[in-house]
Amino acid sequence: MTILTVNKKELEKKVGKITPGLEDKITEMGTPIEEVTDNELSVEVFPNRPDLLSLGNFARAVNQFNGKGKIASFKINKPEKDYTVTVEKSVKVIRPHTVCAIVKGLKFDDEKIKEIVDIQEKLHNSIGRKRKKIAIGVYPLDKIVLPIRFIAKKPEEIKFLPLEAQKEMTGSQILRGHPAGREYAHLLEGAEVFPIFVDANDEVLSMPPIINSEKTGRINEKTREIFIECSGHNLVYLKKCLNIIVASLAEMGGKIYSMNIKDNKSGNFISPDMSVEELEFDIKDIEKTLGIKLIEKDVKNYLARMGIGYENRKEKSVALIPAYRTDILHWIDLTEEIAIAYGYENFEPEIPEISTIAYEDPVGKTKQIIGNILAGLGLLETSSFHLTTRRNIKRMHFDYNDFIEVEDSKTERDVLRMDMLTNLLQILSENSDAGYPQKIFEMGRVFSRDDSEDTGVKETERLAVVMVDEVMNFTDLKQVVDYLFKMLGVEYSIENVENSNYIIGRCGKMIVEGKEVGFIGEVAPRVLKNWKIKMPTVAVEIDLDWLF
Amino acid sequence: MDEKLLIESLSPIERNVLPNISARFSDIDEIAKASIQDKTTALRAVGFLKNKGLVESKSSEKKVVILGILGVNYLKKELPERTLLNKLVEARNSVPSKLGTNVPSSSGKKSILIGEIRNVCGLNENEAKIALGTLRKKALVEISGGKLILNAKPGEVTNKMIEELFLEKLPMDLDAVKDLDKLALENLKSRKDIVEIEGQKKMKVKLTELGEKVASMDLKTDLVEQLTPKMLKQNSWKGKKFRRYDLSSPVPRVYGGKRHFTNQAIDYAKSIWLEMGFKEMTGNNVETGFWVFDSLFTAQDHPVREMQDTFYLKGMKGKLPERCKKKENCILFKTQQAHEGGIDGSKGWQYEWNGEDAKKVLMRTHTTSLSARKLREIRDTKEFPAKYFALGKCFRNETVDWSHGFEFNQTEGIVVDENANFRQLLGYLKQFYKKMGYEKIRIRPAYFAYTEPSLEIDVFHPVHKEWVELGGAGMFRPEVTIPMFGKHIPVLAWGQGFDRIITEFFRINDLREVNKNDINKLREMKFWRRD
Repeated sequence: MTILTVNKKELEKKVGKITPGLEDKITEMGTPIEEVTDNELSVEVFPNRPDLLSLGNFARAVNQFNGKGKIASFKINKPEKDYTVTVEKSVKVIRPHTVCAIVKGLKFDDEKIKEIVDIQEKLHNSIGRKRKKIAIGVYPLDKIVLPIRFIAKKPEEIKFLPLEAQKEMTGSQILRGHPAGREYAHLLEGAEVFPIFVDANDEVLSMPPIINSEKTGRINEKTREIFIECSGHNLVYLKKCLNIIVASLAEMGGKIYSMNIKDNKSGNFISPDMSVEELEFDIKDIEKTLGIKLIEKDVKNYLARMGIGYENRKEKSVALIPAYRTDILHWIDLTEEIAIAYGYENFEPEIPEISTIAYEDPVGKTKQIIGNILAGLGLLETSSFHLTTRRNIKRMHFDYNDFIEVEDSKTERDVLRMDMLTNLLQILSENSDAGYPQKIFEMGRVFSRDDSEDTGVKETERLAVVMVDEVMNFTDLKQVVDYLFKMLGVEYSIENVENSNYIIGRCGKMIVEGKEVGFIGEVAPRVLKNWKIKMPTVAVEIDLDWLF
Repeated sequence: MDEKLLIESLSPIERNVLPNISARFSDIDEIAKASIQDKTTALRAVGFLKNKGLVESKSSEKKVVILGILGVNYLKKELPERTLLNKLVEARNSVPSKLGTNVPSSSGKKSILIGEIRNVCGLNENEAKIALGTLRKKALVEISGGKLILNAKPGEVTNKMIEELFLEKLPMDLDAVKDLDKLALENLKSRKDIVEIEGQKKMKVKLTELGEKVASMDLKTDLVEQLTPKMLKQNSWKGKKFRRYDLSSPVPRVYGGKRHFTNQAIDYAKSIWLEMGFKEMTGNNVETGFWVFDSLFTAQDHPVREMQDTFYLKGMKGKLPERCKKKENCILFKTQQAHEGGIDGSKGWQYEWNGEDAKKVLMRTHTTSLSARKLREIRDTKEFPAKYFALGKCFRNETVDWSHGFEFNQTEGIVVDENANFRQLLGYLKQFYKKMGYEKIRIRPAYFAYTEPSLEIDVFHPVHKEWVELGGAGMFRPEVTIPMFGKHIPVLAWGQGFDRIITEFFRINDLREVNKNDINKLREMKFWRRD
């Protein structure tokens, strides 16, 4: 969950007083308010709206939604002399793309610097996928000499003073010794060359996606003009990300200058491109999807409140999507924009008159019946986890080793259950303080390996019953099983088997129509000891799948 | 109640005990003895008589010395000091053994090495220490050169020690412990678990005024205690009076068997969907990434797919749907296309989709994988309109606390219909939650990779007077439906947490209790019921 926290006073300068009414509006807009304090306002921003992750962009959206703001348009100044970034061949193997811009006329104070750092951080962690997909760098233009080259060098050949460090470090030293280096080392681990931005004097600006240079990569209150770059693997997302930052800086009063990106391999282009994207759609499709009537004027108005332009071109509806929006992939995305502006609370719920015939899954139905039969005998149904531990399974099945394990479980339970008895014996062991006799049962899925399944795992429906008391024997359980099978209208027989989990001579397999369906017996003292169960226990576990 | 009726309501034990209670306080033990009843029965009778206002009681506490756990054991066998003493006697009478545990001493007496006491006597370290200490204190032994030598006259060996005598007398009132017993008690008290001093409640009972009156009357009324088949057969009940019961007196508790409370609620929730004409869908808890994520247009680098949120199965690789000859009909190809860009003009996620990632095997993080597989089936069965629901377990790799479990139930549903729309989605959800006991619902914008528009639903808790977040719903995106059906057919879809909306009914404040299986609590748990 991504939370945007903004300075309340700064926000109020842009959107007016934060009243309870405005708070409601902000939530309706799709950014639920998390907290409002005297100084700050926090909202949740959904992952599809990274463009809202800065004060400027958020304030613009609030004003638009409130009907107070215009649709954003951005004036892009042409590149000046040497406004060039050359992407050299060497960097293609490690971090192949960059998009850049220059913004001038900025006035920074502590609050604004924090805002810039914040937006980088937020974008890194959302669409940047923790810098894997996108890394962002911001530099004071007066500290660097244009043009700039994006190149890659061997880690030992890279040497500069990184932010927050005391002395110059090589690329490998940064990965091992610098806090940021260690945090993001996995992104460059094992690479023969590391990417760097260098200026016309061969001064290193930064080593993305790790860290900027202290000399050239720190903005302060005196900074008026900045150079911004986004580097990564996916040009589409890089462009979007840069647009979001640039749009936010424009809200701060910055003037945007584009740069020439020279890339022999992928082609040259001018960055940033802040032109609107056009998306043709049919109002009828929106009406049908939402189940409401819409006239063109309303659609235009609703889209405008979401910051999206509208034009009617030769009787065709065209949405004009601002350059910072990343989430409009298809016309279907416009339906939600319109629904939000229309107001979710204004939709009238409706149940259509379509006739369909209900159907209950026979497995569930039979389980319900079995549950009722056993409950009728005074047995208590339990409900336990599908995940258990190796140790628990081994308390009974000491020679079982074919565990199906989950990776990196945050709980102590890290293997799938292979039977139901393990769970039931655990329940008995944890309930020695409850009155006896204890008679419990449970139905559920157990897991085993099976290559014929899509997943390699077979799931089988099972029933287990266990009963424990000072005096408890095979007869007590057989009575229950006899009754259950009789009520289900199924005949079964028991054949003696030797299974060391049960007392020898008091354990059998259950047969239905020649097929083995389960195990029944008095649990071996060894197993009871392992579970610290202090009284005789009888147990049965039956496959249910043959019933259906 | 007049006295006569009172007499008719006396049970046999009351009738038996009452004459043995006097107008002055007397001990319950004596009353029990006089009534030839065990103490528990006498106490029960007194309880009943008290309810009827016939007797009153007072209790006082007295201290009693009883045997501790070790004391019981020692009394049965012997005290460790006795063991040691006996061994020393044995040693004195024996010849040197090959093992060298007994060695002749210079005085001609035989002895045991201090370090060997434990082995020779079969005592633990503590017992050996105490045995040695006690015998030295009684001057029955002496130590010389690391050896223990018997120093007792034969009489001293055969006589019982005061501690042994004392243990045999227990239990004993503390007040009655005198002289040598007092010394023995002091000695034993310093040793763990041999004796214990226990406060015992002593109850004294006397008749009330009414009690005196009743006790003086003839209690031997011929009352029938229990109707028997024999009486019915012989008609001997005619003209007889039955003893009157005290109907308000408590009875021993019984517990019935029952379904687990979540299953009761799940069965009820199922019936709601069934009433609305929905079909039930079921499927596997273990799924491939393809059906849980990829077919639902969840980008492969989406954070939800990371290991820390999802239970992936170690070393398992699943199978993808088959690649078919005609790409247009191929769900695998179309899904890849949806992700990479190009389905119905959609931009997709514009990255290179990796089939290997979709083969990962995991515990389903939502029941929406069932919906995804069902859509694939409907493509072949051409069942339009189709309404399906599921109630099933989902799994998230979460740290467990009161509001999060790593396993939880979800209620899932889809409506596949050319004319399905957003308002109908609200209609179905509203109806379901109304029947679950939540009259008021609220919807908010939300984001899910696979639905558009999306919503989050909250229900207003009638008791807590606050909104409870339940989870998401929406309409499947064309990037989901087109790979399934070949064209975009509207699908309403929802999947909300189920446990949260039933816990209040069962007075559960901590989700961990849902699968705790505390038998005492399960026995007390009321049945699920909704109007």
